[in-house]
Amino acid sequence: MRNALPVLTVLIAILAIWYVAVAPMNIRVALDQAQRAGAVLQPETALERQEVSVWSLMLRNSAQIGQTYAMERPRLPTPGQVATELWSTTGEMALNGRAMSKRSLIYHGWITLQSTLWGFALGTALGILGAVAIVYSRVVNMSLMPWAIISQTVPIVALAPMIIVVSSQLGIQDRAVPKAIISAYLCYFPVLVGMVKGLRSPAHAQLDLLKTYNASGFQAFLKLRLPASVPYLFTSLKVGIAAALVGTIVGELPTGAISGLGARILIGDQFGTPLAIWAALVAAAVLAGVLVTLLDIAQRVTLRRMGMAP
Amino acid sequence: MRTNGGSDLIRDLAATQYCCQQEKTDVTIQPAINAPVISAKGLDLTFQTGDGPVHALRDVSLDIGKGDFVSFIGPSGCGKTTFLRVMADLEQPTAGQITVNGTSPEAARKARAYGYVFQAAGLYPWRTIGGNIRLPLEIMGYDRADQDARVARVLDLVELGGFEKKYPWQLSGGMQQRASIARALAFDADILLMDEPFGALDEIVRDHLNEQLLKLWDRTDKTICFVTHSIPEAVYLSTKIVVMSPRPGRITDVIDSPLPRVRPLEIRDTPEFLEIAHRVREGLRAGHAYDD
Ligand SMILES: Nc1ncnc2c1ncn2[C@@H]1O[C@H](COP(=O)(O)OP(=O)(O)OP(=O)(O)O)[C@@H](O)[C@H]1O
Ligand SMILES: [Mg+2]
Repeated sequence: MRNALPVLTVLIAILAIWYVAVAPMNIRVALDQAQRAGAVLQPETALERQEVSVWSLMLRNSAQIGQTYAMERPRLPTPGQVATELWSTTGEMALNGRAMSKRSLIYHGWITLQSTLWGFALGTALGILGAVAIVYSRVVNMSLMPWAIISQTVPIVALAPMIIVVSSQLGIQDRAVPKAIISAYLCYFPVLVGMVKGLRSPAHAQLDLLKTYNASGFQAFLKLRLPASVPYLFTSLKVGIAAALVGTIVGELPTGAISGLGARILIGDQFGTPLAIWAALVAAAVLAGVLVTLLDIAQRVTLRRMGMAP
Repeated sequence: MRTNGGSDLIRDLAATQYCCQQEKTDVTIQPAINAPVISAKGLDLTFQTGDGPVHALRDVSLDIGKGDFVSFIGPSGCGKTTFLRVMADLEQPTAGQITVNGTSPEAARKARAYGYVFQAAGLYPWRTIGGNIRLPLEIMGYDRADQDARVARVLDLVELGGFEKKYPWQLSGGMQQRASIARALAFDADILLMDEPFGALDEIVRDHLNEQLLKLWDRTDKTICFVTHSIPEAVYLSTKIVVMSPRPGRITDVIDSPLPRVRPLEIRDTPEFLEIAHRVREGLRAGHAYDD
């Protein structure tokens, strides 16, 4: 409960700022609509209004401000509108037994979650194996590490369509495969970097101690480096799973995808339904929050079991 | 404190842990007592650092006999730790020879001939105190029942009896240091290399552990190399006191102590004791004067 208070405070502040921002964001469109409905405005035509700032538009047409909070296709919907849209595409459909309908965000979230988890598993495995290779081999350290860093400087939005095209050229029909690959591509890097740091974290004296026992390299790995890396691993897993989710959503953006939260965002854009975009965005954020929280709990439990946390 | 139980524990330890060596020791103790276990001749060690070479050891020659208790004393930076690390094959000398048990330090290390107590306790935070002591036993492949018995024994020895299941962060710094000593005592190594093991402890506990260590040494015939900054501690414990001085690190005096093997704490008030202490102090002063 003590942790909830600061989080709630920040949440309320964000909602307040969001709410206030709705009026200036929507005023021009709202005035255009009001003009078409026959209202008298200051200034009268859309062309003239282009020259005037949103602030003075709001001052001079204060009667229309209410409209900005109740638009059908707002530039910026209110938190309430987003919540309503989210509810009607998730909870309400679930109550009606249509949770897995193609219009339900639960269905699209599930598609995204699956690819994210596959990408996360793949990326984590690659990251850990790469880190072990880097820590134990000077050659790999010098050859692999620069490429790992370069790989992350290539914009993923440029790379994602290529991965999708290549995988369909290879005859992989299932869209989930390239999505998981893109997801793993973003996810492996934080895991790799964190694990390298963790495996290298034992002090010299601790390695010297094992040397006096004439411990083998494998014993040193199992009894010292691996346990010492666990806190680092969890920290990077939390970054990694968020990156995996972003990767999956980016993988759903290129045309062709019809399911997944990324596809919902794209479709919402193409059909001019901003509420759908916002609902999908919030759903993605909630999904990321849940995944990171689960890992956080796993971290606490593991570290407490290991005796590394009170 | 469970002081009165201490000597019994030591006897137990000596009787059980070293039962197999007992026979051998009885037969060989007379002729072998001064055969060098560690023998260094003309050791030189220069570290190449960013600000130029650091001459950590120069022309260090020393013979340490079986069953000797040798203290190394000298100002900070005179190479005490470096010398111990050379014995332990953790550092390679740039010149000179050193043998341990008649072989190279590397061979001795691979034969697990010594236990090393580092300046910092260095316990694994993810292992309990018992688990930390078990670490060398696991690595050396002792069976489970033997591990349990040894852990219990050495924990009693350093008076951490009830702390087997505690984690290092639940213990004071001094208790952690005692646990690290127990870790080095848990397996059968003839040589004990201790780098300022009691530096972090209060005077009373330190006295007590000094007494315990002497008893352990007396009954087990271990060869002990012990680094300290305390003159009384060095004189009280040692059969041989090595005085070192810095820049470059070298040996300036080696004092063979005439004190008997069995030493009650009160021996520290005898004239013989004070005389040796005086000589050590003079040696340390001379080292400093040489520098200035
Ligand atoms: N790994 C290293 N690289 C470079 N220089 C070193 C290294 N280890 C020790 N030295 C230097 O060698 C000299 C001797 O160091 P050493 O640690 O043996 O001293 P010490 O007598 O143990 O001192 P203290 O009483 O402070 O522990 C010092 O000048 C130190 O700076
Ligand atoms: Mg030192």
